[in-house]
Amino acid sequence: MSNKVLIKDAVKKYGNFTALNGVSLDIAEGEFFTLLGPSGCGKTTLLRMIAGFNSIEGGEFYFGDKLINKVPAHKRDIGMVFQNYAIFPHLTVEDNVAYGLKARKVPKADIDRRVKDSLELVQIAHLAKRKPNELSGGQQQRVALARAFVIEPSVLLMDEPLSNLDAKLRVQMRSVIKKLQRRLGITTIYVTHDQEEALAISDRIAVMKDGHIMQVGTPNEIYAKPQNPFVAGFIGVSNFLDCEIDSAGITSIKDELKIKVPLRRAYSGKAKLSARPEQLFFSREGMPGEILFSTFLGDFIEYEVKLNDGQELIINEYTKDTTEVHADGEKVHISFDPNRISLYTADTEEVLSC
Amino acid sequence: MAAKTKQSASLDRKKLMADPIMVTTIVVLITLLTLFILYPLAILLVDSFVGDGSFSLSVFQRIFQISSFKRAITNTLKVGFVVGILSSLIGLLFAYVEVYVRMPKFTGGLFKVVSMLPVVSPPFVLSLSMIMLFGKAGIITRFLLHIYDNSVYGYWGIVIVQTLTFFPVCYMMLKGLLKNIDPSLEEAARDMGAGRLKVFTSVTLPLMLPGLGNAFLVTFIESIADFANPMIIGGSYDTLATTIYLQITGAYDKPGAAAMAVVLLCITLLMFAVQKYYLEAKTAATLTGKASRARMMIEDKSVRVPLTVLCTLVAVFVIMMYICVPIGACFPTWGYKFFPLTGKWFTQVFTRYKGFKAFKDSFMLSLIAAPITALLSMIISYLVVKRNFKGKGFIEAVSMLAMAVPGTVLGVGYIRGFSGGLFHTGILQGLYGTGAILIIVFIVRSLPTGTRSGISALRQIDKSIEESAYDMGADSFKVFMTVTLPLIKDSFLSGLVTAFVRSITAISAIILLVTPSYLLITVQINEFAEKGAYSLACAFATILILITYGAVLLMNLFMKYFGTSRKMKED
Ligand SMILES: Nc1ncnc2c1ncn2[C@@H]1O[C@H](COP(=O)(O)OP(=O)(O)OP(=O)(O)O)[C@@H](O)[C@H]1O
Ligand SMILES: [Mg+2]
Repeated sequence: MSNKVLIKDAVKKYGNFTALNGVSLDIAEGEFFTLLGPSGCGKTTLLRMIAGFNSIEGGEFYFGDKLINKVPAHKRDIGMVFQNYAIFPHLTVEDNVAYGLKARKVPKADIDRRVKDSLELVQIAHLAKRKPNELSGGQQQRVALARAFVIEPSVLLMDEPLSNLDAKLRVQMRSVIKKLQRRLGITTIYVTHDQEEALAISDRIAVMKDGHIMQVGTPNEIYAKPQNPFVAGFIGVSNFLDCEIDSAGITSIKDELKIKVPLRRAYSGKAKLSARPEQLFFSREGMPGEILFSTFLGDFIEYEVKLNDGQELIINEYTKDTTEVHADGEKVHISFDPNRISLYTADTEEVLSC
Repeated sequence: MAAKTKQSASLDRKKLMADPIMVTTIVVLITLLTLFILYPLAILLVDSFVGDGSFSLSVFQRIFQISSFKRAITNTLKVGFVVGILSSLIGLLFAYVEVYVRMPKFTGGLFKVVSMLPVVSPPFVLSLSMIMLFGKAGIITRFLLHIYDNSVYGYWGIVIVQTLTFFPVCYMMLKGLLKNIDPSLEEAARDMGAGRLKVFTSVTLPLMLPGLGNAFLVTFIESIADFANPMIIGGSYDTLATTIYLQITGAYDKPGAAAMAVVLLCITLLMFAVQKYYLEAKTAATLTGKASRARMMIEDKSVRVPLTVLCTLVAVFVIMMYICVPIGACFPTWGYKFFPLTGKWFTQVFTRYKGFKAFKDSFMLSLIAAPITALLSMIISYLVVKRNFKGKGFIEAVSMLAMAVPGTVLGVGYIRGFSGGLFHTGILQGLYGTGAILIIVFIVRSLPTGTRSGISALRQIDKSIEESAYDMGADSFKVFMTVTLPLIKDSFLSGLVTAFVRSITAISAIILLVTPSYLLITVQINEFAEKGAYSLACAFATILILITYGAVLLMNLFMKYFGTSRKMKED
């Protein structure tokens, strides 16, 4: 039975240090939800609070309608995949996978069937009798997955489960996890600091920084409409430009480009603009600059452009949209689509663009 | 790769042979080890297998007809087995509580102290207090509970006293292992629905099993080698160690004692081999992982309360036993008049019972033995860890072997080996009965522990530091003195103090070799306890405890101000 997960104002303190400061999340049933953020931002801390391994200094945690703050870890009906796999070294692969079923007192015949099924699901049925020290890293990872999935927990927690694997295996296992989760429909909370992995695997992502949630949204929303400069900078590549908005709502950048960006509220004063490399383009008018360097990358070309005041920007031009490659040193003008970039106030970094 | 290591090995050897000090050291070491460890053991074999110049089993046939000897074998094994189990369990309890359970600072500290106390205390202390607290005239049994016929002598007395003496060893071993268990293994078990008890029985315990087996065997060996406790509290319940002693001092049957010693030695060697080569490897295999993050201490009342109660019971018992000794030394007449407390026994120790001589003799002999032991164990561990040479395996194996030799066996070996000179030829006969042979026994008895800790200290030193000294043209003696020694100063110092403490509290081998010209404290305590003069025994023991704790305290103080590796350890 899958569950929704609701977290209200979670607070975690280690002595005087506040690791989590009022985190609220609403995770839907069956959703693949990812906690993403730089090292030390509190992802593991939050996950371990949900699992019941960390004390809770404030806030409420619900699985479905049930408040679980005081429920001990082994009664929360969760599955967890650890960064170091945490496979029992003294048990065979199948005994590892059967462990949770035995703890739940599932009948013997059912255990055998479910263990077999789940080992097949992760494609290691042939290794059932082996001991963990006879497995490769990727195989151990599969055991850990099978062990967590087999109990069909109401919530599945994973803390950087792929970070010990090499790049190729990481991509492969990523899709194994995603498919399994889809198939079984288990509410999953996944922790990673790898933004590409988060974008690829998640239904929704919460971007965290210093114990705060910076933005929650689908991968597309997070990428296309970052709600603050931190998210814009942390996910993908962004160009940041200082600008000024006048009382008529016209945004001017370095007095070289004036453009009307639709705003969600009236504002005038200093602002900050962020644009993805592919949201900038070369045009007849706009900010004058000079091409420093170009890299041909197949489906797109990446340009480094130096503006008149010395600031450098990255601009991507897709090969399908253009025929010519600009030469180094060429003078260009740069502009953008006002509906696609993001604007923030300079001081509070509140989002202004729609 | 293989060729390269071979080449560098032969290079090492060449470098070594060009270094006369090193060669001399090795030759001297091998001679000493052969003479004072191998030879006495070999002579036991010769003595017991060779009758009338030819091979014969007649001595063994004879001793196996002595019923008290056969009984002693079963007694020894029975005690060893039960003590091994009980010590491992209590050691596990204290180790688990320290590593897993959140305890208030005071309680946690108290448990830690209690589980360390017996490590630095002389033997018999617990036997003495056991008799004084629970014996026929015991303070608790007779005067509190009004039980008039309680006997602590015999099986249970030995078991209780040995368990309390040896569980700290298990505690130390198991604590290290528990710390190495990756907490996420237990967390994984918990989130799959296992409660605390189930996690313990299905994850923690199976992972600890080889380690527990290891602890069991180590205690087993200690128990069957123990002489002092069965001597005082055994009563008519004889173990192998006491039987051998009586065979020499009572029956004057030296060949018989030698054969018995061979039997005892075989048992301990077998255990030692199993422990060393089978279990230690297995322990390392199951617990290779380094803990990935700090363990969440258990706060559940259902775990904390019962474990606290259990530990407190043991702690109270241990503390009571230790307090009993100094207080027992102050009773005016043991068994009849307890108050007012008096210092007269302490006075009598010195005025009537040659206390000064006893303390002077024990102190001097130990004081001479300690630095020699510390130096020798450093040299041996240095050679074993840092050098490559022929005979290295021999040196390592013989120093390890000494660990498995019970003191009583060594004592008999020395009697047979040196009383008539080497191979009964009269060579080196002058050694027997002197202080020198006592010092040698002290050294041999503490060498294995010193060597073991020296080896582990040296393994942490980077080889390149020393190599750079060689490159600058220093010879190996100079490198050892100027580079290696300063780096392992702390380990040397603790080796020094351990050797001192072990020597001044030694009894099992010494009691067979000491002559009336030397009075040793431990031998005195044993004598007074045998005679039932408990207050005097307690007075001697109290002073001995003060000396050993003083030595340990002094060492800690010294390390605090002059220690080099303290900071490295804390990192
Ligand atoms: N037991 C602890 N005691 C004190 N501080 C802690 C403890 N555990 C974590 N912290 C602190 O809390 C903060 C969040 O830690 P957390 O482990 O949740 O980070 P994370 O987001 O998972 O980082 P990473 O990506 O490196 O795993 C860090 O600053 C960390 O130093
Ligand atoms: Mg983490």
